[in-house]
Amino acid sequence: MSKTIMTVDDSASVRQMVAFTLKKEGYDVIEASDGKDALGKLKGAVHMVVTDLNMPNMDGIELIKNIRAQAAYKFIPIVMLTTESQATKKQEGKTAGATGWIVKPFTPEQLLGVVKKVLR
Amino acid sequence: MSQDDMHRMAFREEAGELLGELEASLLALEDQPDDQDLINRVFRAMHTIKGSGAMFGFDDIAAFTHEVETVFDKVRNGLFPVCKDLLDLTLAARDHILLLLEDADSAEDPDAAIQTEGRRILEGLRRLSPDSPVPQAQALPSEPDVERGYVTYRIRFRPGPGFYATGNNPLNFLEDVSELGTTRIFLHTEDVPCLEDIDPEICHAWWDIILGTHKSYSLVQDVFSFVEDDCELSIEQIDAADAADAAPPKKLGEILVDRGDLAPDDLALALSAQKRLGVVLADSGLVPKPRVEAALVEQQTVRDMRKVREPAVETTSSLRVAAEKLDELVDLVGELVIVQSQIKQAVLERGDPMLKSLSEHLERLSDDLRDSTLGIRMLPIGATFSRFRRLVRDLSAELGKEIDLTTSGEETEMDKTVIERLGDPLVHLLRNSIDHGVERPDERRAAGKPPRGVVSLSAEHSGGAVVIRIVDDGRGLDPVAIRAKAVERGLMSPDVESSDKEIYNLIFLPGFSTAKAITNVSGRGVGMDVVKRAIESLRGAVEIDSEPGRGTAITVRLPLTLAIIDGLQVQTGQEFYVAPLSIVEECVDLPRDEAGEGDRIINLRGEIVPYIRLRDFFSISGVPPAVEQVVISSVEGARVGIVVDRVIGEHQTVIKSLGRIYRDVEGLSGATIKGDGTMALILDLPGLLRASAEQGN
Repeated sequence: MSKTIMTVDDSASVRQMVAFTLKKEGYDVIEASDGKDALGKLKGAVHMVVTDLNMPNMDGIELIKNIRAQAAYKFIPIVMLTTESQATKKQEGKTAGATGWIVKPFTPEQLLGVVKKVLR
Repeated sequence: MSQDDMHRMAFREEAGELLGELEASLLALEDQPDDQDLINRVFRAMHTIKGSGAMFGFDDIAAFTHEVETVFDKVRNGLFPVCKDLLDLTLAARDHILLLLEDADSAEDPDAAIQTEGRRILEGLRRLSPDSPVPQAQALPSEPDVERGYVTYRIRFRPGPGFYATGNNPLNFLEDVSELGTTRIFLHTEDVPCLEDIDPEICHAWWDIILGTHKSYSLVQDVFSFVEDDCELSIEQIDAADAADAAPPKKLGEILVDRGDLAPDDLALALSAQKRLGVVLADSGLVPKPRVEAALVEQQTVRDMRKVREPAVETTSSLRVAAEKLDELVDLVGELVIVQSQIKQAVLERGDPMLKSLSEHLERLSDDLRDSTLGIRMLPIGATFSRFRRLVRDLSAELGKEIDLTTSGEETEMDKTVIERLGDPLVHLLRNSIDHGVERPDERRAAGKPPRGVVSLSAEHSGGAVVIRIVDDGRGLDPVAIRAKAVERGLMSPDVESSDKEIYNLIFLPGFSTAKAITNVSGRGVGMDVVKRAIESLRGAVEIDSEPGRGTAITVRLPLTLAIIDGLQVQTGQEFYVAPLSIVEECVDLPRDEAGEGDRIINLRGEIVPYIRLRDFFSISGVPPAVEQVVISSVEGARVGIVVDRVIGEHQTVIKSLGRIYRDVEGLSGATIKGDGTMALILDLPGLLRASAEQGN
């Protein structure tokens, strides 16, 4: 059965690229535009979350904490999208429960590399 | 064609069109250099080529176009005007992209001339554009993945208490490390508490991994980059290629001290006990037993890896050889094996110990030679599997079904000829699974199954055979429907009791189909018997198993090679025969009281086994010996006895095909030459059975 990945980003183009790449690889994709939207759509079988950190309404760190607080998603892989300069953010994200990170900008290959590393 | 190729193809078409538009826009710009709309059009074309190019792996094109696009971005923003030089260069750039596009599929690196031309164009463009930004050192992280010498690392990986809380799974890391090279993994469970004290959200186990690889230290480290802070991790180089000659492999005590599991003083003390160190240390409790074992594993691994290291470095080169040359070689090796067994037999009769040892040596060599020659013909089955992805995709779309194909065991190697002749039967089996097996999404939902069906295709070695399985999670076979159909077609009589498995096997009979509607995919009822015959002609067997509502599994078992088999030599009258050893189960005497005309059944430890008398089947004249022998073999899931005069023994059989005239003789599949130079016929037991059944009727 194909796995479902949620991509959370306020930039529609990044979301589109992530969704395209993952769908091409056979994953089902749920798109959300920010943390709040993501939490609303988080139900049923979601096997992994790829989230941006800087977002309106609810940022990535807050989202990760909220996801980890739900028993059903306590151990699913959550990968955050960071930029090189966000070293402290990265640490914050890890503490909140992020599984790993992808540094922007990234290629479809890099994205899939990380997805395959944490989701199997 | 793979998905990727399809995208690349689509990109190619798109890029071709864009380049055409680009050319037109540039030429138009020549007349109207201030037309903002044209400038925008040029920019957009470049932008799309760059973006999509990077997406589909045309990195050269993306990098090159990026720079041209940057220049046009400036033109667009009014930083400098369109001039003839710019148009000349951009037209040249457009031609260059076209070249790169055509060049992209050739395996070789881009032509040096093309590269130079590309640099010339970019240089020119940079000179044109004002205050050119320092050519953005597009530091695409240059792979530090330099092939280095073969290095052995010791990795101690101990997940911390917060490990699971970050959604990581320690096993993933073990798998990732294993992909870097050869690993031995040692699991430490000594810190796992008793059941009542266990906190299941904490990982208590930890691992020692010995990794032999060409990869660099940083690549090994990269595997753990996500969890560096969440685990205790140490990666140490413990052996390298150049150290191999210098130092002898480390002793157990040294390894333990290295790892910090043992203090040097304690080592000296333990060594003085003059017993095997591992035993002393474990007994005395200086080092917990598992850690001693882990260290021993490391020691052994380093030794093993030193052994494989030398050849491992040189495996990259390969050679293309015409298939006929290989066939000729296989043939020659076959002849050699025959001569060798003749020598062996001659030497045995002579009883000279020196000749005997020479002949044994020769046997070993020719066996090795045979194995490696046949090995050359072996190809991984993966290429065939990937062909099926498209088939599954297209077919399921056509039938309105959603199906995922999963494959495993692509690396399984088989004889080239077998792989080639296997393609069609596998296609047919897959079509059947997709057409008859997997249900439509709405039916699946109604049955409480996920709407996407899964068909899995796997290959693995099992003894001297390769087992290929096609499993779907569809509706399964309906034994009642099959039975009814078989009765209707007169393929079985209505009052026969039979197991589900026997009923499933009916679908392999000629002229059988239960599909309600005939689709153009399968279902004309000509498929399965053809499949079965094709597989049997490869000396294989096919088996079917099913669970209603849960799915169907088809297992195809095939020999590794067609050229040489292990056979059992038997004699009847003056004739010699060989039965493929793979289907022989045992040999027993035919009890005299059962040897009469009677019912042709023997009682084998309480089981009733029917038999065929070879003497009768081939109409061999003469008097049978007082005690005949029975070769019990398993044919198509049933046990059958073949009665012969005498069982001679195992025989390494090089298969020679029969001439055209004899090709259709029932019960025989080929011939071979025996040790003494005379001929033996190879029995085709399934065929023999069929023919005998027909005669009986």
